[in-house]
Amino acid sequence: MSVDLPGQYSLIAPRPVAHGHHDGSAADGDALFGFWIYIMTDCVLFACLFATFAVLRHNVADGPTGRDIFDLPYVITETFCLLISSVTYGFASLALYRNASRQVLSWLAVTFLFGFVFITMEVTEFHHLVTVGFGPARSAFLSGFFTLVGTHGLHVTLGLVWMAVMMVQVARGGLGGSARRRLSNLGVFWHFLDIVWICVFTIVYLMGTV
Amino acid sequence: METGHADHGTLKSYLTGFALAVVLTVAAFFVVMHPAMPRTAIIAVILALAVVQILVHLTYFLHMSLRRDNRWNLLSLVFTVLILALIVGGSLWIMHNMITTLMASPSVMPHG
Repeated sequence: MSVDLPGQYSLIAPRPVAHGHHDGSAADGDALFGFWIYIMTDCVLFACLFATFAVLRHNVADGPTGRDIFDLPYVITETFCLLISSVTYGFASLALYRNASRQVLSWLAVTFLFGFVFITMEVTEFHHLVTVGFGPARSAFLSGFFTLVGTHGLHVTLGLVWMAVMMVQVARGGLGGSARRRLSNLGVFWHFLDIVWICVFTIVYLMGTV
Repeated sequence: METGHADHGTLKSYLTGFALAVVLTVAAFFVVMHPAMPRTAIIAVILALAVVQILVHLTYFLHMSLRRDNRWNLLSLVFTVLILALIVGGSLWIMHNMITTLMASPSVMPHG
């Protein structure tokens, strides 16, 4: 498979070339491209949820509208947590490229922390809404809201689990073996989730408030 | 190709991306929190800011480029964007027509 399309896969990770420097391989290039295709299918999943939310957003069933329940200073804090975590993952990627496993570990820990603050804030928001009676069953608007934002949150949570697993792998085995490929894929996943969040804060929170 | 650009980013490219993302995010929240324009203009501005920020993230964080060795990633992305436009645009178009038609009929009054 990898012999047919030489050198066309490589944007995301350390490039899998032959002359030393790191232990990537052509198979890693294929795996990265395969993971990229998965990300593209995930885009389609989110597009369906965004379309559903956009269609239902005015059907509030005499319940609260976005303007009633969204707290923009809170959302911008969440946004910055996720944005900073995307950059710190970038720093982990740079450390990965330099083969500096301790720095990779440190930046992964920082990234995990900001991701964890983000998801904690989101769970707090959901908990608050459900407590005051504005859960997903209240209206079609809230069903769409919880499904869309919750699916993004679930992705972030799984990204954090993956990150924790990678910290254990790097701590125990360094950057050898499959660590490099997995960290590259996790980076694509993490940056992708930040892009989805741009759409969430624009379409759900900002357009719901304006 | 191990010359230290494009493939994996540099400290400078991540910081550039971060600075641009901060400016674009703050601008989007600012025009909504301090409204000084008609509603449709605000929506147009924040959607435009979102598109630009997505391009910034794709360029500086995911290292997308028009380079030849990025061709398959870019092609699959362009194809996906086409599918997204069909799903989102098509759904909104069809459902908008349906709601308008139902509202025009006196016997059916959907909520919202």
